[in-house]
Amino acid sequence: MKMSKNSTTEINQPLIIEPQKGWQVINWSELIKYKDLIYFLIMRDVKAIYKQTVLGFSWAILRPVFHMIVFSVVFGKLAKIPSDGLPYPIFSYAAIVPWTYFATSMTRSTSSLIGGAGMFTKVYFPRLIIPFTPIVAGLVDFIIAFSLIFALMAWYGITPTVNILFIPFLVILMILTASGMGMWLSALAIQYRDVPYGVQFLSQIMMYAAPVAWPVSLIPESYRFFYGFYPMAGVIEGFRAALLGHNPMPWDLIATGSITAILIFIFGAFFFRRKERIFADVV
Amino acid sequence: MGRTVIKVRNLGKRYRIGLKEELHDSLIGGIASWAVSPFVNFRKLQRLSKFKSQDESDDIIWAVRDISFDLGEGEILGIIGHNGAGKSTLLKILSRIVEPTTGKAIVYGRVSSLLEVGTGFHRELTGRENIYLNGTILGMSKLEISTKLDEIIAFSEIEKFIDTPVKRYSSGMYVRLAFAVAAHLEPEILIVDEVLAVGDVQFRRKCLGKMSDVAKTGRTIIFVSHNMGAIHKLCTRAILIKNGMIEEDGKVAEVISKYVNPNLSEMQSSMMLPGAEENSPGRGLQLTFLGADNIENNHFNMGEIWKIQFEFEIFRKTPHVSAAVGPRNFDVSIKTFRTKPVDLEAGIYRAEFEFNIPVKSTELQFSVGLTTNETTFYYFHNAGHVSISEIYEGKHPVRTKDAGLLIDDEFEEIVHIQ
Repeated sequence: MKMSKNSTTEINQPLIIEPQKGWQVINWSELIKYKDLIYFLIMRDVKAIYKQTVLGFSWAILRPVFHMIVFSVVFGKLAKIPSDGLPYPIFSYAAIVPWTYFATSMTRSTSSLIGGAGMFTKVYFPRLIIPFTPIVAGLVDFIIAFSLIFALMAWYGITPTVNILFIPFLVILMILTASGMGMWLSALAIQYRDVPYGVQFLSQIMMYAAPVAWPVSLIPESYRFFYGFYPMAGVIEGFRAALLGHNPMPWDLIATGSITAILIFIFGAFFFRRKERIFADVV
Repeated sequence: MGRTVIKVRNLGKRYRIGLKEELHDSLIGGIASWAVSPFVNFRKLQRLSKFKSQDESDDIIWAVRDISFDLGEGEILGIIGHNGAGKSTLLKILSRIVEPTTGKAIVYGRVSSLLEVGTGFHRELTGRENIYLNGTILGMSKLEISTKLDEIIAFSEIEKFIDTPVKRYSSGMYVRLAFAVAAHLEPEILIVDEVLAVGDVQFRRKCLGKMSDVAKTGRTIIFVSHNMGAIHKLCTRAILIKNGMIEEDGKVAEVISKYVNPNLSEMQSSMMLPGAEENSPGRGLQLTFLGADNIENNHFNMGEIWKIQFEFEIFRKTPHVSAAVGPRNFDVSIKTFRTKPVDLEAGIYRAEFEFNIPVKSTELQFSVGLTTNETTFYYFHNAGHVSISEIYEGKHPVRTKDAGLLIDDEFEEIVHIQ
């Protein structure tokens, strides 16, 4: 559907409703027109998530902290998994924070269309907003959990390196991957309700495949290049290196991971835009 | 009609219904189908969105088919039709919620669609937060809502609870709030589905009033409703949709009457009656409806006096014959008109009854019968059809309930005509 770029041409530019053919790109100008809606939907997610809980936003910290404790006991103490010479709690926490964001966003994004069916079957707005909302709303939790890293670093006497400036770039990479997966999976989930169940397994598998509980140094050198195509490998190992400074920034992993992340995002967007025309029919 | 704001050309929408569940009557059958069910289910779900060209299998329905019309600026179009006729699908296509399968629509101007009130409301958020959320979903900007906020809150009549989460609201308060937002939409084109059917009577009237205010400002409105009164009051034009196609398009009163009396043109003011059983002493021949002017008609106004003529044949001398006609409103018989019983020779006779019962606008069907010694020898159910329209004639009629009445005290004379 054609939308005008600015409001002055809007009056002359008619809206044409007809069967869509072929692949559609993301219509950025239309998304900008809906910026107020995007803002309120994100605020709805942020405000509603911890409503009627006793602990409220403390959960954003408690969840990764509980994970850290369990990981430190099971993987650090019992299984004696190496942690590149770092104290295991902070080694794992620096990974659990980005991982929790990624896994939660991907899962919520997958179910977002099913949950949002009540809206998009009643009113038009760019459907793409729906899977993106939990991705952005999840950043609030992420930032809260992330801030605790500095407290832990102070506790262990670790000073951050200058590489901390690359963290925003890693966050973008993480968002690209999560939203790319979200677009794929939500578009599939609206027609096949097995997908949200499957994603539970997928996120488990992806967690063990990611260097959350273990360091990338365990991967044999010869496989490291291929392993890098898993975007979360570069993101997580990058977080650790930027914050804790025990290793140089893993640019090789980040480079290959970026390729995958961008591909997932682009093809996810195309897939979603192709599928969106039937959402209201199959829901 | 001003400049055209909506052009609809050959719009069609195909759906696949289906997803029929299979039943198994044996354990083995049940287990076998469970084993293959993933494949079967996958095919079914996939088929929901896959259509082969020229696919006309029996689980495909065309909810909307070949619809074309133009709508001018300032027109208020009422769309009427039975449930499942395709009204809502048409609105959904024009609202861009579903994509058409064929054809196209061109819309000039900012559209807001109101297929439901309170879309996107979140139970955990306060009334105020939900006003912003719902308002932006309906297409208002944040600034627009902020300027109208006080007005919206006043309209909703729930000022006291505006900062309470809506989950604490009664359902009435919830609907009021939702409506208050919707009522303050100011698009160039407004698409409204049957949303006025909720809320209490007083509030509903307030909303209807607000809508006609909006209508007066020259906005274009498309309005679906089963409430003929509302359609009649608000709309400047109406479209009747039947089986996904436009059946009638034109003046509101005419389209409504076409919807209410679908068989008006096919109805006859005179009908032949079927023959009798063997050995019956007589049979009905013809049932005719006449206006006061003795011209055949089957469409009368409320309060108008008209006549029913019942012609019948008697084959042999029969004692104590009475002819009867019973107008009924579907299942409710209103009255039975009868003639005074007389002994009749073989011949053709006519009985005439004056219909002077004060009924409201309705549809009437007729039963006819012949009796001898109070025993029925000829009976035919559902003969003829008369419409009584809403237009008053003569004295203001007394409105009656469609209660079954049987009044025996008015006797008419039988006239020997042949």
